[in-house]
Amino acid sequence: MSEAVIQVENLTKKFGDFYAVKNIDFEVERGEVFGFLGANGAGKTTVMKMLCGLITPTSGKAMVAGFNVFGQQNEIKKNIGYMSQRFSLYEDLTVIENITFYGGIYGLTNAEIKERAYRLIEMHGLGEVKNQLLASLPLGWKQKLAFSVALIHRPQIVFLDEPTGGVDPITRRQFWESIYEAAHSGITLFVTTHYMDEAEYCDRISMMVDGEIKGLGTPTELKQLHHAKNMDEVFVNLARKKEFIE
Amino acid sequence: MRIILFIIRKEFRQIFRNKAMLPIIFIIPMIQLLILSNAATFEIQNINIVVVDDDNTVTSHRLISKLEGSPYFNLQEVLNNRQNGLKKLDKGQTNMVLEIPLYFEKNITNHIPVKLQLSADAIDGVKAGLGSGYIQSIVSEFGNALIQVSGQTTAIGGVRISYSYWYNENLDYKTFMVPGILVLLITMIGSFLSGMNIVREKEIGTIEQLNVTPIKKHQFIIGKLFPFIVIGIFELSFGLALARIIFHTPFIGSFWLIIAFALVYMLVVLGIGLLISTITDTQQQAMFISWFFMVIFILMSGLFTPIENMPLWAQKITLFNPIRYFIEVMRMVMLKGAGFQEIKYHFLIVGGYGVALLSLATWRYRKTT
Repeated sequence: MSEAVIQVENLTKKFGDFYAVKNIDFEVERGEVFGFLGANGAGKTTVMKMLCGLITPTSGKAMVAGFNVFGQQNEIKKNIGYMSQRFSLYEDLTVIENITFYGGIYGLTNAEIKERAYRLIEMHGLGEVKNQLLASLPLGWKQKLAFSVALIHRPQIVFLDEPTGGVDPITRRQFWESIYEAAHSGITLFVTTHYMDEAEYCDRISMMVDGEIKGLGTPTELKQLHHAKNMDEVFVNLARKKEFIE
Repeated sequence: MRIILFIIRKEFRQIFRNKAMLPIIFIIPMIQLLILSNAATFEIQNINIVVVDDDNTVTSHRLISKLEGSPYFNLQEVLNNRQNGLKKLDKGQTNMVLEIPLYFEKNITNHIPVKLQLSADAIDGVKAGLGSGYIQSIVSEFGNALIQVSGQTTAIGGVRISYSYWYNENLDYKTFMVPGILVLLITMIGSFLSGMNIVREKEIGTIEQLNVTPIKKHQFIIGKLFPFIVIGIFELSFGLALARIIFHTPFIGSFWLIIAFALVYMLVVLGIGLLISTITDTQQQAMFISWFFMVIFILMSGLFTPIENMPLWAQKITLFNPIRYFIEVMRMVMLKGAGFQEIKYHFLIVGGYGVALLSLATWRYRKTT
C-alpha cells in the first residue's frame, strides 16, 4: 500500500551555465525516512529548496504532497515542515515564544498551539528551558527546537537539511530517535546528511554526485551492489568513480 | 488577520528586547531637537569688520560708533589706509571692509550724495549677503537721522518701509527649524529601522524559515511594517511635546491633522525601507543606500535652504521629495493653522507616492526565487 508523497522526474536547476541539479528522478513513499546523501556542493540543498518551494526549478516535474512545485508552492508549504542547515529561529525569543509564533503563522488556534507546544516540549525534553532566550542555549537544544517547530502544524513531510551538523554523538542519537518517532506517526522524513553512519538509519537513501543521483536504494542494497562493508565505502566508491571518468 | 497579529507581537517583542532600541527611540529625538534646532540657524551675528576711515571727522566717527553698537558686527579696527584693510580681507582676518571716503562729512553737509565702499569676503555667500544687508540698513538709518536733524525730512519725501513678520513674529529660527527636524526624525526612524529589520532576517537566515511557511506576502509586510508606524507616530508625538515644552514652538493648527498626515507619510517612508530591503542582502548595504537617499532628500527638502533659492531644475527635483511635502505641511499646520483644505494636495501627492512605493516594494519582495 505504498503511496508516493514526493515524485520527481527529470528535475533540473541551472544557475547561469552551471547545472546544480541535472535530470534527477526519484520517489519517496509515505512514512519513509529518506536519506539524501552527497558530498558538499553536490546539489542536495538545492533539491531540497526546490521541493520546499523556496526556489523554482529550471525544468522537469516534481509533485510534493500532491502539489506541483511549479505554481502550487503555497499549497506545498501548508503540508511540509522544514529545518534549515543554518539555524534559523529567533535567538532573541524564548523557546515557547518561537513555537507560539510559528504555530500562529501556520494558522493554528490558541488551544491547538498550547496543546501542541506542550507535547513538543515534552517530547524533546525542552521543559526546563522553555522560558529561556535561544541565544543562551547550546546548539543541540536549538536543533531540537527547530525540529519541533518544523512539526508544529503536523505536516505530511518534513525536510531536514543536515539537522545534526555540529552536535555531539549523544545528541545526534537522541535526534534520530525523535526522527523515528515522527516517522512512526506517519510523517515522511526527507533528511540530508554527510554522516555515513546516519545513512544506515534511513529506510532508503539516494547518493548525489555533482548534481546527479548515482545511487538509490536501501542501505543493504547499496552495500551489496558496491561490495562494501559500510556506507562510507559506498560513498567513497561512488565519488571515486567520478574521478576515474574525469 | 490573526497571522498578522502574531507577526506584530513577535516584532514588538524583538524590538523592545533589543538594547539599542529604547535609546534610539527616546534619546535620539531629544538630541536632534536640542542640537540641530540651536545650531542650524540662519541668523548671523558677530561679523568681523574693519573700517577704513579716510575722512576722520565727527560724522564719520558717529557712523563708526553706530557699527560698534550693532550686535551683528564686531568692529575689529579702524584704519586710515585702504591697502591695509584689503590686506586683512585677503588674509581672512576679517569678513568685511567698509571704507568711508574723504569729504564724507563735507559732502553730506552740502547735500552731495556720498558713496561708501563695502568689500566683503564672499566665500561664505550667506554671511556676505546678510552682512551687506545689515550695513545698508545701518547706513540708511544713519542717513535718515542726519536728514531729520537738519530738518529736511520733507525734501526727501522718503518712503519708509515698516516690517511686520507674520507667523513667526520674533523671527525665531527655532520655530522654523523644529517642525522640519521632527519630520527628519520620523523619516529616519521609519526608513532605516524598517529596512534594516527585514534585511537582518535575511542576514541571520530566519527569513528562510518564514518563506517556507504558507504566510502571504501582504501578511508578512503588514506585520513587519505596522510596529514601525506605531513607533513613528509615537516618536512624532513625543517630539511635538518636547518642542512645546522646551522651545515653546507655537501649535496653531490641529494636532490630529498632523497625525493623520504623518500616517499617510509613513507609507512612503516604510515603502522606501521595504524597497531597499528587497534589493539588499546585508544591513550594511541597506544602511548605505538609505543614507545616500536620505542625504539628497534632506538637502533638497527646504529645511536648510529655501526651495525658492534653488535653480529651476533642482526645484523640479524637490517635487519628488516626500520630506519636502511633510515639512511644508508641518509648517503650514503648526505655524499658520492651515486646515485640511489647504493641504489636501499634499495628502493626495504623498498618499499616491506611498501607494506606488509600497506596491513596487511588495511586488519586488519574493518568497520563492
